[in-house]
Amino acid sequence: MHLDHHETFPERHTYSAAAPVRADGRRRALRIGLGGPVGTGKTATVAALCRALRDELSLAVVTNDIYTREDAEFLLREAVLPAERISAVETGACPHTAIRDDISANLEAVEDLEDTVGPLDLILVESGGDNLTATFSKGLVDFQIFVIDVAGGDDIPRKGGPGVTTADLLVINKTDLAPYVGVDLAGMARDAKAQRGELPVAFTALKTENGVRPVSDWVRARLADWTAGPA
Amino acid sequence: MTLALPPRTAPATTAPSPAGLRATARIVARADADGTTRLPVLDGDGPFALRRLRAHGGPARVCVVGAMSAPLGGDRLAIEVTAEAGSALHLTAAAATVALPGRTGEPAHYDVRLTVGEGARLEWLPEPLISAAGSDLRMTTTVELAATARLVLREEQVLGRSGEPTGALRSRLTVRRAGRTLLDQETAYGPGAPGWDTSAVLGGHRAVGQLLVVTPEFEDAPAEVRLLGAAADQPHRGRPSGDQRPDAQGVLAPLAGPGALATAVAPDGLRLRRLLDEAARGPGG
Amino acid sequence: MSRAALLVLADGRFPAGGHAHSGGAEPAVAAGRIKDAATLESFCRGRLHTTGLVAAALAAAAAAGCDPLLLDDAADARTPVPALRQVARRLGRQMMRAARATWPDPALDALAAARPRGAHQPVVLGLAARSAGLSPQDAAYAVAYESLSGPATAAVRLLSLDPFDATAVLAHLAADVDRVAEQGAAAGERVAAEGADVLPAASAPLLDITAEAHAAWPVRLFAS
Repeated sequence: MHLDHHETFPERHTYSAAAPVRADGRRRALRIGLGGPVGTGKTATVAALCRALRDELSLAVVTNDIYTREDAEFLLREAVLPAERISAVETGACPHTAIRDDISANLEAVEDLEDTVGPLDLILVESGGDNLTATFSKGLVDFQIFVIDVAGGDDIPRKGGPGVTTADLLVINKTDLAPYVGVDLAGMARDAKAQRGELPVAFTALKTENGVRPVSDWVRARLADWTAGPA
Repeated sequence: MTLALPPRTAPATTAPSPAGLRATARIVARADADGTTRLPVLDGDGPFALRRLRAHGGPARVCVVGAMSAPLGGDRLAIEVTAEAGSALHLTAAAATVALPGRTGEPAHYDVRLTVGEGARLEWLPEPLISAAGSDLRMTTTVELAATARLVLREEQVLGRSGEPTGALRSRLTVRRAGRTLLDQETAYGPGAPGWDTSAVLGGHRAVGQLLVVTPEFEDAPAEVRLLGAAADQPHRGRPSGDQRPDAQGVLAPLAGPGALATAVAPDGLRLRRLLDEAARGPGG
Repeated sequence: MSRAALLVLADGRFPAGGHAHSGGAEPAVAAGRIKDAATLESFCRGRLHTTGLVAAALAAAAAAGCDPLLLDDAADARTPVPALRQVARRLGRQMMRAARATWPDPALDALAAARPRGAHQPVVLGLAARSAGLSPQDAAYAVAYESLSGPATAAVRLLSLDPFDATAVLAHLAADVDRVAEQGAAAGERVAAEGADVLPAASAPLLDITAEAHAAWPVRLFAS
């Protein structure tokens, strides 16, 4: 008997990572990536999304931390999801590599979650805090959200960068702090519009009641499109 | 005693090695109808004298008494032990084995062959093997286990006597159980073994050893990983503090089959034995 | 088939998960055993001639067409701690994903089906090399080089080591890589006729011990 691999798992290692159908023929979960600079509220947004959506959807989260499990442990402490629905990927001090250049560990985490707790409707893949250049590979996620905040300065939307300009949703968080840091929200919205054209922008203040609502509504709409899509 | 390695001469391909000693000791343990283990074969040879020790109702006990310094370069020594079905045998040694240089510069060979039958138990607990400066020893330990056999095996290597560099020591341990290889490991230290004295292999330690336990019970309940000595210390966050004396450390871990292996490295043989004893005692001490 | 496939396979950017693994460098840095380019080189030399040699031979044997499941068992017998067996299988699974996308081959599909949790990475890499039309020696080279480049890249990140110095370490060890690749290929090509016992079994006690210690760290940068 072999003690290391006595469990049986379905055959996997699909290499068409972007295909919407799993090896067993079921439609896989929608995958949404959340990226953005350190401290802007990615993990808080994930936690708020989980609280807002967990009663209506089957959810799971993959975290990509600088240090192994810190974000995952925050989510566990906050008890936003049962532990078996949260998976941490180690990134070798390069979180953007794990979500863009070599997505194999994240794909495994996503597939393992679907195998062990699935079927799932939605998997959120959270990037480790990074800079403005971080984006998710299309081989890993279907949509990506980029989270910045007003405390980082109101010139970030104007500076642009791949995250700000190409993310499917730009979230500008901590709007409740705007008066204290002297930020012009209307100006930020104008700059974002100039960088992003028709791509949407959501202003959030997660500390307030239903603060994540603009993001959770956007996620619901993406999921409705995904579910209606051809299998 | 330090023998200088003689100048290397052209290898004599046809002539038998003049200084080389050929010796094979044999032990067979057999279970009586009442379960008592007898020793129908107890043949010492060459440097191996075998002493039967008084057993108090437990397994038969034999001590290998080194009758001379061995092995020397050019020697071909072997010990063959068979614990037949249902028998129990406990083997120890009276003293460390010291590998010494020979007169010709040829390597010495030392082969240990252990066979354990169904339901039998063999404990092979020799004293350390010490690789003296200038020696060159090729050792193999080959174990054949039946599916329900039990084995406890300890192997300790000390690289160099006190204050001297090590000789060349190459040792392979192969354990087969029910026809399948459970463990296959080779260690190579000293002159001619690239990379042996590095931080990936020994990190400055001069004693290295293993304690292997194979038992069918591990099939259902594998051993749990246990860190031994300094390996159990948590790392410091931030910058490590410069040069440190190497601390004895090891790990006890389950193999991919029903066995557990403790591996340890230490500055000397004494501290190595302490760690392997800790591994043998279990977490409660 | 093109020899240039070797460059694809051995490229550090080949997306097979290696970037998250330090090859034992993270615990060695924490213990002060790797602290500069010289100590990195020593560590890499030790790793190359022990686990690197075993991995190179396994990959060569797989590339020569030996039964990958037999080789997978041989890899288990040569990996006495579960942390390193799990790492080898995780990386094998990630290598399998990348290989099937890059060089599709029914032999890869068959191994993926037989080992859904992943086969040992060098076995998968060797089979991928075969699928790419590469030789056993090519596979041994890729694995031998990888046994150095992983720790060297990790040391750059962990110690902020000068990347030119780290690359020079790799160049200093080129002759050692040649030797290990040749030994590994020679052993790997004998397996079909003589069985898996001819595979080298060189062990590195500290890599085994520190891999289990590292796996128990509550926080770490690298997966291994």
